[in-house]
Amino acid sequence: MTTKSDYIVDLAKRSLRTDRRKEDEFRKIEIQKGVIEKAEGSALVRIGSTQVMAGVKMEVKAPFEDTPNEGVLIVGAELSPMASPKFRSGPPGEDAVELARVVDRSIRESHSIDVEKLCITEKEKVWIVNVDIYMLDDGGNLLDAGAIAAVSALLDARMPKYEDGKVIYAEKTKTKVPLTCKPVAISHVKIGDYLFVDPLSEEEEASTAKLTVGTKDNGNICALQKSGVDPFTLKQLDQMFEKSIELGKQIRKLL
Amino acid sequence: MKRIDGRKPEELRQLVVKAGVLERAQGSALVKLGRTTALAAVYGPKRLFSKHQQIPNKGLLEAHYVMLPFSTDDRIRPGTSRRSTEISKVMRLALEPVLFLEEFPRAGIEIHVAILQAEAGTRTAAINAASVALADAGIPMKDLVVSVSAGKIDGEYVLDLVGKEEEMTECDLPIAYIPREKKISLLQMDGDMPLKDVKGVMNLAIKGCEIIYEKQKQALKERWIDQVKTTIV
Repeated sequence: MTTKSDYIVDLAKRSLRTDRRKEDEFRKIEIQKGVIEKAEGSALVRIGSTQVMAGVKMEVKAPFEDTPNEGVLIVGAELSPMASPKFRSGPPGEDAVELARVVDRSIRESHSIDVEKLCITEKEKVWIVNVDIYMLDDGGNLLDAGAIAAVSALLDARMPKYEDGKVIYAEKTKTKVPLTCKPVAISHVKIGDYLFVDPLSEEEEASTAKLTVGTKDNGNICALQKSGVDPFTLKQLDQMFEKSIELGKQIRKLL
Repeated sequence: MKRIDGRKPEELRQLVVKAGVLERAQGSALVKLGRTTALAAVYGPKRLFSKHQQIPNKGLLEAHYVMLPFSTDDRIRPGTSRRSTEISKVMRLALEPVLFLEEFPRAGIEIHVAILQAEAGTRTAAINAASVALADAGIPMKDLVVSVSAGKIDGEYVLDLVGKEEEMTECDLPIAYIPREKKISLLQMDGDMPLKDVKGVMNLAIKGCEIIYEKQKQALKERWIDQVKTTIV
């Protein structure tokens, strides 16, 4: 524990935070879509000083054998060393892999894309939708920012022209990616015995446990991930579920 | 001669340079040349944790160049490639001559450049961005490093090739230039041309560098003298 972490833990006992936010208050969220012309869809998302970029690239390939009439959605994320002195270059570490998989699950398992609409010819050709998330500046809560960026980029995406078995990337059609809902992930950290949303990176360091809750437009929960060494009580879980559904609704309006 | 995008032979694409666009990095910069966009972040000088990396009499400069998966028409697989490894190397060597690495024994300086969008000239944009990011980080430098490429199409020397021009040109010759000392720190060429033309193309590239140099200095002044708040987009 560092002196800074001690200070954050001390403040938490009085429900206070270093940037004077309330325990369930997000920093300012800014979303800019269409920032990369070469991508089929893209978005730059800022939450406070955290900056994340996501882009959509589409390609045509053969479907998986067990799903011959379904397209494929793949979400990837990189914790680049550009974003923080904590990250190293090289193969992604366990935190990077966990982050990418949680974002991937919250979008894919929520069935937020109608994959059957991505089929061109059954058993032969389907659209593969690649969403890549790149972390530019880690001011904390990269996961929630990454999920917002991914959904924003998907909302911004237009299918490229497909003609004579070739994708013409320079020509975008007016067809959108068949999105059926907008999943939102909310991360909570436990500092001492207290819970806080949208943690700063210094709060993440001072925390002993974290829970990410993905919710859908209809209020269903579509992803959960508990990390950190400290367990949660059932009462704390209830509190975080309720809060996530409520905050998810507010953030969804910004998308 | 008219070029495919209407530019004059010695004209650069539209150029935007911004310093200080990231908060975590000690220094950062964004360079946009036409649609090609490079974002650079610098960390250091900082203590190197692994002893075997430390050099007793000077600092270690590391440079990493990466193209984002969605920066081009065909998606790029994340991770390093042979191409990105080579560009990381030539970028590091282009920048090292202006740094006083002997002042930082056993320490490390890291440069990370991400190409957000690629349309010709990504290595030169990467060097321009990295150089401004190093200055933005307050790292002592002899000068900024400036980079651009030039070629020859239909008998004329042309600056800052783009798109189809890369196929039409007799050569593609990127340089990095240190204006105050008038020295070249990166020189590459693909093509087939007599010596006279190689010199002509190189001189045009140097002229292009002088223009970019002014923009780089202006971006640093805006950030540190006028204290303008800059953002990526």
